[in-house]
Amino acid sequence: MDNLALKELLYKIADDQLILGHRNSEWTGMGPLLEEDIAFSSMAQDKIGQSHALYSILHELGEQDPDTIAFTRNAEQFHNCILTELPNGEYDFSLMRHFFYDTAEIIRFDMLTVSSYKPLAELAVKVRAELRYHTLHANTWIKQLGNATEESIARLQRSLDHALPYALGIFEESPYEKQLIADGIFEGEVALMENWKNRVEEIIEQTQLHLPGWSTLNPVYGGRSGKHSEHLQPLLDEMSEVFKIDPGAEW
Amino acid sequence: MQTITKEDIYTWLEDVKDPEIPVLSLVDLGVITNVTLDNNKVHIEMTPTFVGCPAMDMMKQDVSDMLRSKGIEDISINISFKEPWTSDKISEKGKQALKQFGLAPPPPGNLFSDIDILEHAACPRCNGTNTDLKNPFGPTLCRSIHYCNDCREAFEQFKPL
Repeated sequence: MDNLALKELLYKIADDQLILGHRNSEWTGMGPLLEEDIAFSSMAQDKIGQSHALYSILHELGEQDPDTIAFTRNAEQFHNCILTELPNGEYDFSLMRHFFYDTAEIIRFDMLTVSSYKPLAELAVKVRAELRYHTLHANTWIKQLGNATEESIARLQRSLDHALPYALGIFEESPYEKQLIADGIFEGEVALMENWKNRVEEIIEQTQLHLPGWSTLNPVYGGRSGKHSEHLQPLLDEMSEVFKIDPGAEW
Repeated sequence: MQTITKEDIYTWLEDVKDPEIPVLSLVDLGVITNVTLDNNKVHIEMTPTFVGCPAMDMMKQDVSDMLRSKGIEDISINISFKEPWTSDKISEKGKQALKQFGLAPPPPGNLFSDIDILEHAACPRCNGTNTDLKNPFGPTLCRSIHYCNDCREAFEQFKPL
């Protein structure tokens, strides 16, 4: 088994979780209602915890320790998709991103439960169970607000149109795609995307929202190879600010 | 020193409680997944309730402190996901303890396939199910928030997972 392919896979999933976890945490104290404040904060805690577990696997594969990995890299060393780093915007955008991303994420971890790489397969069983609460939350709100008032529907539709090309960037293929599939580590981004499209259609059909034709969309790629938007570096600077004051501090 | 047995270890660990739910032992919570003994060298396998549970380090420390207080010096504790935690791992005794503490015990995990199972959790005070789910996310990762329409009071449930 070639570790490069495996590491690339672990990095991109972990970085997605860390960066979106951080964005979710920005809702703490700012939610439109207390319940949503708590929900986004809890999902932040889950995602950052899950990223830590993935970084720990990377550490066992010879990479730096989780804190060093999380807090000392620059934007171009991160493999997260651009969708996860975009600013929270209004609640409708955060909700739509949460729906698109978590729908993909739960399918990804479901696929990883049968990975030939055991530590990842074991972790995936656990993460998949936790993510049910995230997709439950996303689906509930998309269905409620996607059928509520003229304003809520219009806002969500605008966010859907804006977020969708970025969402397709989740599935940007890695240079190791064939190898991961051949080694039974991961079934690949194409298979993931097909499942994701079906699941997204299934939920959106239950609302008054509309999906544009998939073939009319231009996916926003780059994140997986370190080419990010201007929004990632400021996020990293803020996230690592305390760590960098005293990197050796005992907490 | 007298030879210790696995049973001794489990008995001692009964006194190590969940830092957030002081009536529930780590054994009853189900996070101790294995204990092995080799010439008074003790190895403990643990697994977190939720991957992001911030109490894990504290639990690990509490287990270590307890064993040390019993004179065991050679202790190793490993945290893994080989045998992942689910809410079904909470013992019957643990579920009773949760209820007395005022937290609704989790329904069986296999029933949790949709929001319905969360919608009408049994109130730990009156046992009634005239309740509403207020938020699947609560004050900690493992709890959801509910409201009992009969008691007219909020309560929390240990989430099925």
